[in-house]
Amino acid sequence: METRELLKWSAQVKLREKSKQEGRLEHGHRMCAGCGAPTVVKMVLMATEYPVVLSNATGCLEVSTCIQEFTAWKTPWIHTAFENAAATLAGVETMYRALLKKGKMPENVKFIAFGGDGGTYDIGLQSLSGAMERGHDMLYVCYDNGAYMNTGIQRSSATPLGADTTTSPAGSANPAGKLQQRKDLTRIMADHGIYAAQASPSHWLDLMNKVKKAHSIKGAKFLNIIAPCNRGWRTATDNSIELSRLAVETCYWPLYEIEDGKLKVTVTPEEKKPVDLFFKPQGRFKHLYSPENEGVLEKIQAQIDKTWERLLKESEGPC
Amino acid sequence: MKKWTELVPGAVVLEAGSSAKFKTGSWRTFRPEWLQENCIQCLMCWLYCPDMAVKVADGKMTGFDYDYCKGCGVCAKECPGKQGKKAIIMKPEGK
Amino acid sequence: MGKVVAVTGNEAVANALRQADPDVCSLYPITPQTDIVQRFSSFVANGVVQTELLNAESEHSAMSAAIGASAAGGRVVTATSSQGLALMWEMLHIASGMNLPIVMPLVNRALSAPLNIHGDHSDGMGARDTGWVQLWSESAQEAYDNTIMAFRVAEHADIRLPVMVCMDGFIVSHSIARMEYLGDEEVKNFIGPYQTVNPLLDMEHPKSFGPLILTDLYHEYKRLQHEIMGRVKNVVLQVSDEFEKLSGRKYGLFESYRLDDADIALVILNSAAGTSKDVVDELRDKGIKAGLLKPRLFRPFPYEEIGKALKHLKAVCVMDRADSFGGYGPMFMEISSAMYQADGNGKRPKLINKIYGLGGRDYMPSDARQVLLELNEIAGGAPVTAVKEYIGVRE
Repeated sequence: METRELLKWSAQVKLREKSKQEGRLEHGHRMCAGCGAPTVVKMVLMATEYPVVLSNATGCLEVSTCIQEFTAWKTPWIHTAFENAAATLAGVETMYRALLKKGKMPENVKFIAFGGDGGTYDIGLQSLSGAMERGHDMLYVCYDNGAYMNTGIQRSSATPLGADTTTSPAGSANPAGKLQQRKDLTRIMADHGIYAAQASPSHWLDLMNKVKKAHSIKGAKFLNIIAPCNRGWRTATDNSIELSRLAVETCYWPLYEIEDGKLKVTVTPEEKKPVDLFFKPQGRFKHLYSPENEGVLEKIQAQIDKTWERLLKESEGPC
Repeated sequence: MKKWTELVPGAVVLEAGSSAKFKTGSWRTFRPEWLQENCIQCLMCWLYCPDMAVKVADGKMTGFDYDYCKGCGVCAKECPGKQGKKAIIMKPEGK
Repeated sequence: MGKVVAVTGNEAVANALRQADPDVCSLYPITPQTDIVQRFSSFVANGVVQTELLNAESEHSAMSAAIGASAAGGRVVTATSSQGLALMWEMLHIASGMNLPIVMPLVNRALSAPLNIHGDHSDGMGARDTGWVQLWSESAQEAYDNTIMAFRVAEHADIRLPVMVCMDGFIVSHSIARMEYLGDEEVKNFIGPYQTVNPLLDMEHPKSFGPLILTDLYHEYKRLQHEIMGRVKNVVLQVSDEFEKLSGRKYGLFESYRLDDADIALVILNSAAGTSKDVVDELRDKGIKAGLLKPRLFRPFPYEEIGKALKHLKAVCVMDRADSFGGYGPMFMEISSAMYQADGNGKRPKLINKIYGLGGRDYMPSDARQVLLELNEIAGGAPVTAVKEYIGVRE
């Protein structure tokens, strides 16, 4: 990115001022070196300028940020189980409303749930859908790293087609790895009639704006944020932001939002790059470059192109 | 270690941000070094650091907190530098 | 003062919840409990209570939300039965492990398969190791009284534990019986305002709930939980004493019926105890020294006290309305443990176990009579032919 552009963004979000604020996620957490998830959380919390209460699904983020008497959280935080970050926070938010009614709480408290893709797309989908349908005043943030990373890289319904995971391994009988497409959770959430958006830590201004926008809306909101996992993606520890950027620039992870049923692409890459640039640095896709997987990458590229065209069409539609 | 009689019922952690007592700097195999002359103070290193290990004072980057830096190298990779020259470089630890 | 009414068990319990006026009620319908949350929803809709309702999309979420709400810092209720409790199982442990004083009526119902909606104790017995306090109730009156006392027990500063109040599905939940309500103000004063302990919503003092605890401390946390559970008996007795002063109704850890001079006795939970008492009276009239013990506090189980109450008997039958397949009935295992430890100067009663009434099968006076007469023979020296046996079953 152009230095000038970068400084312009920096000025917009008042990064300098932000850096003077006390962070809400403390160092000393035990996420792997270079993990994308703490950066995602840090950015989401950085965008909040009001008291927040958090819940967290069981997963990497949860086990690494609150172990024994060591908690990295500087704002109220609760973890109960894997599939219920949304239901748990719904309970907290409901109690907040009960106490607010009785004059026992201030009016400006906001609620955010964090869950990985396993805890969100799969086991937590029912709990999430229920909380969104009931319209609790909360933002659910999925940090999507595309597999069950905490238990050791097992496939989830967020795992991309073709990825090698420990439960969708590429082998001699099945050289392709995961055979199914990802579930399009952002659209599913949008169909709850709520604000739903996709973001990436590489595009932090867009990410923070979406958090702000979400919190300006009363009711349930959903934000799906790509969070590269070096271990699971089989890539270098310094690669998480670069890969999240490539995910956007290849349109593998398009940045858009859906509000009142209207879709808007929020970042259009200046030049749409081939998905190969996003896949190549990742060991989980290495097998796709072998002869027995001829045509798989093309199939994936075609799917990405189709989705992107559809998004642009919808985004350009009457509004 | 604590005895059972010393524990908080329900395992509630009462001290916010107590993870600061757990230093993760020993995980590092590479060490970021700041070349101040190439720094444009864009704060990208601070923004992208997953470990809150980039020190800032009065809105400016002032160095690294090696008690917590795990040496991932994201800061160096994302550093735009000045005229193509990086303000952060990674060096093997212990050399 | 009290008001005498004719109501179902569900209506009685719903009114106890109304009088407690919780901050949050999370709910999910399931037969035969549904009637409680329906009635409570209409209290909310009509402004009779200040409660915020949370219509969860499953019992798992209902309990998860109850946990979130309780940790947040306020009074929380939910209610369930059978499959609903089974679906909550994971979260039951978390509610108790986090020391959250949630009150939950459990309208006892059989577990599937085969699917059955009627009353037995398989659900509650399956949850006996979840760290919840369990109070069992014979009638609508007892279910109402136990629900009111449950708030005091759960929220007591010495324990802060979730409490399950059990009553029999349909037999009590849907049958109209005479009972007495306490006045709203009396209940309000008896329960008192909710006292928070380490509330999550204390924004000035941010706390983290639900840490990862590994080999170096988990064992210590469980030791602490064991210690806290050990305090429950005294709290229950203390609360029951206060409740007696208010209502005139006396409750202990269990009920003894014509037990002091008895030779034989049934140990039996909930509604079937009422039927059995009639038969005890009938046999007493015939000169047979029969008695009955009805546990009320099942978790923590009062081993010592029950051992003491039963040790002078010649023969005892433990009646289980649930089975532990491949084991004895769940209550039989508890009574056996109690009797093994009881100091009876080398003597202890002969113990037998009958499984009755599964899936709502009627328990008739003739069943009680048959068992008591068998006990009478065992007391007279007849051998025990089978330790565990099904009764009321077509052979």
